[in-house]
Amino acid sequence: MMTEQRAAPGQGDPDSREDVLTVDGVTARLGGREVLHDVRFTIGPGEFVGLIGSNGAGKTTLMRVILGLLPPAAGQVRVSQGGIGYVPQKIQLDPDMPLRARDLVGLGLDGHRLGIPLPSRSRRKLVDEMLGAVDAGHIADVRVGHLSGGEQQRVLIAHALISRPGLLLLDEPLASLDIASEQEVVALLARIAREQRIAVLISAHEMNPLLPVMDRIVYLAAGRAASGPTDEVVRGEVLSELYGHHVDVIHVHGRVLVVAGRGDGLDIPIERAAPAAS
Amino acid sequence: MTDTWVVATIVAVVAGVVGFFVVLRGSAFVADALPTGAFAGAAGASLIGVSTLVGLGAFALLGALGIGWLGRRSRHDVAVALALVAMLGLGALFLSFSVEYAPEIYSLLFGEVLGISVNEVAPVAVLGAACIAAVLVTYRPLMLSSVMPELGEVRGVRAHRIEMCFLVVLALATSMALPVVGALLIFSLMIGPPAAARSVTDRPLLAMGLSVVLAVVTVWAAIAASYETNWPVGFFVGAIGAACYAAGRGWAALRRTQTPQPGPLASARARRVSA
Amino acid sequence: MNRVLTAIVEPGFFGSAPVHVALLAGGVAAVVSGVVGTFMVMRGQSYAGHALADISVTGGSGSFLIGISPLWGFAGTSVAAAGIMDLIGVRRPRGRDLATGIVRGAGLGLGALFLYWDTTHTSTTGATVTILFGSMFTIDSSVIPVVAAFGLAAVGIVAALYRPLLLSSASSDLAVVRGVRVRTTGALCLVAIALAVSLSALTIGAVLSTALLVGPAATALRLTARPALVMLWSALTGLAATWLGILLAFDSYYWPPERQGWPVSFFVVALVLIFYLLAQACPAGRAGKPGRGVGRCSPRS
Repeated sequence: MMTEQRAAPGQGDPDSREDVLTVDGVTARLGGREVLHDVRFTIGPGEFVGLIGSNGAGKTTLMRVILGLLPPAAGQVRVSQGGIGYVPQKIQLDPDMPLRARDLVGLGLDGHRLGIPLPSRSRRKLVDEMLGAVDAGHIADVRVGHLSGGEQQRVLIAHALISRPGLLLLDEPLASLDIASEQEVVALLARIAREQRIAVLISAHEMNPLLPVMDRIVYLAAGRAASGPTDEVVRGEVLSELYGHHVDVIHVHGRVLVVAGRGDGLDIPIERAAPAAS
Repeated sequence: MTDTWVVATIVAVVAGVVGFFVVLRGSAFVADALPTGAFAGAAGASLIGVSTLVGLGAFALLGALGIGWLGRRSRHDVAVALALVAMLGLGALFLSFSVEYAPEIYSLLFGEVLGISVNEVAPVAVLGAACIAAVLVTYRPLMLSSVMPELGEVRGVRAHRIEMCFLVVLALATSMALPVVGALLIFSLMIGPPAAARSVTDRPLLAMGLSVVLAVVTVWAAIAASYETNWPVGFFVGAIGAACYAAGRGWAALRRTQTPQPGPLASARARRVSA
Repeated sequence: MNRVLTAIVEPGFFGSAPVHVALLAGGVAAVVSGVVGTFMVMRGQSYAGHALADISVTGGSGSFLIGISPLWGFAGTSVAAAGIMDLIGVRRPRGRDLATGIVRGAGLGLGALFLYWDTTHTSTTGATVTILFGSMFTIDSSVIPVVAAFGLAAVGIVAALYRPLLLSSASSDLAVVRGVRVRTTGALCLVAIALAVSLSALTIGAVLSTALLVGPAATALRLTARPALVMLWSALTGLAATWLGILLAFDSYYWPPERQGWPVSFFVVALVLIFYLLAQACPAGRAGKPGRGVGRCSPRS
């Protein structure tokens, strides 16, 4: 059983030195069941990659392997210098907790270091800068437990960004967001990826909101993955092979519909296109 | 008499600092169970002629380790309950062997103002300093792991390690606070003042400072009242602690009605204005 | 053969009247605690149970002051405290634990006061020990009908509310949709716990009654996943621990130190723990460990 290795910054394959993340033949097991099988893909600096798959496809497991929270049964994950900034799915925060948005973001800078954060102007400036970058400057002094879901998410993104990671990992940030917020978050993330040359890996069960900004896609189905440019991966023959049964890909007004076909004419949509934004 | 005030103040400061995290982490049961179980150690210590403080500390640490060990195998609240009754069962046994000890259990359980001797000041001061230092040194990882354990894990702050570390600090804090306030009511000091503090301020360090202040005030008031009426210190601590908590909740409710927090619509408006 | 028997069961055990009362009262307390404790553990309210037990100390000391049987004191204060805890009623588990702790602190402080008045104003000696650690062998037999009544009431509540309790313990949202009055159900459950606590407080003491509420239920949850079976196993485990504890305590009269005997409460708790650890050694299977957080002190809301 190969154990996971993390290469120190600067080491590793000369060919993959440019890649921010290399997932190399990762197989993962949860409770005896094989959840991921031989997943391989890479992410280069500044790339915007969508990890698409329905619930149960293995997205969260793959993220946990990448983050080092779950050792893979086989394969390796290599992360380049800079590390990973992680934005978990929204969590219930205690409204009584005495922690402001700016405190949480500050912890993103040095939360692992011992001692008390000494007040320093440069630290405060950096925190303000990050909060501004995610359009959360006006809620800097609000308790994290009082923020709305969308605001919490922005603060979590700022928390992840402040340590200047090479890769930003977001776990289903679009789930349970309304259309307008969805678009805002995607635009924000795309802007961050572009301006700060940070790679972004974002998991979702619907690819349509991400189509305009995705550079590449990693499509996960039943623990197996296909990765590459979106129009190369999201094709009937590729996905059919992945799923193991016949699947059609239909393009409608720039949106994509993946449909499982049955000979009797009854079509069960696997993914539905998002309705057109107003 | 000065010794009492000095020791009580040290205890209150530690309670305020540690209690801030007790409330943050929702560890009310643990903060409750450890001193109660530690009292069994005091009984055992007196049985074999060792200083009660040593017995307290040993059992409190044992309890902390027990909770950590059991907690990996079952629900956390069950683990705490079982560790607690295990220690108390032993305490019942020790008590039954040493009949002369009976009057002392009262003061160890409920607090005895005048029971503090000169030679207890030094160990209390040392233990107290150690507790406060431990909390301050681990402040950031403790904060991160308490607020969002996932984010901590990703940065290498293992939640279980932080938990054990915090449990040990709690064990030390409770064993030093026992002689003053008594086993059954230490946690009132660790819960009431921090709960009130966090209703008043949003800032974490300020909340910790405020909970220290409130804890000190509580203890001083309790000792003064106990000295006057001869009633047990623990009674006043329990009552004032509850009053702090109620005041905190009242204040929070008042703030909610007066200053509505910015909701999603408000922030969207603000963004468009600032863009 | 006779010698083996007398080694296990010291002479006079089955003929002794206090032993009969102990077996009866202890048995009822154990069964009731086992049944009610199942729901307590499922709802994650072990702390509330423990707090109620400690608060019943207040009732116990108060009852000594006004000269009534401790059982009424235990029951009265713990039911009252259950009501207060429910009134303060915070939904999130963490806030709920905080409120529980505060109520416990205030209640215990009052208890401290009563005990102080007890020892200074009345002539009852050893009141502290009796209340805290129980008086299994000195229970007045006239209390038995009351014990039975409380026991029946507690089990009755749980039996009547069996299905709403199960549903609301699993998910309060689901229960609300189904038309269950979640708030009332929860309050009644707390009252049942309070009654069970007072029974155990009488027999093995307030401080250790938590053992009978939590231990057997946790043990049973480890052994099976079917709710009805869990309650049965829980009651049986508690009963076994109690009766064996009584036997051992009786026998210990002949062990060192001379002529004193070890406390019943110690044996009962020790047995509860042994059973629990034995169950832990069983393979997990499908009825295995319930979910835990990331090593946190209390479940995330």
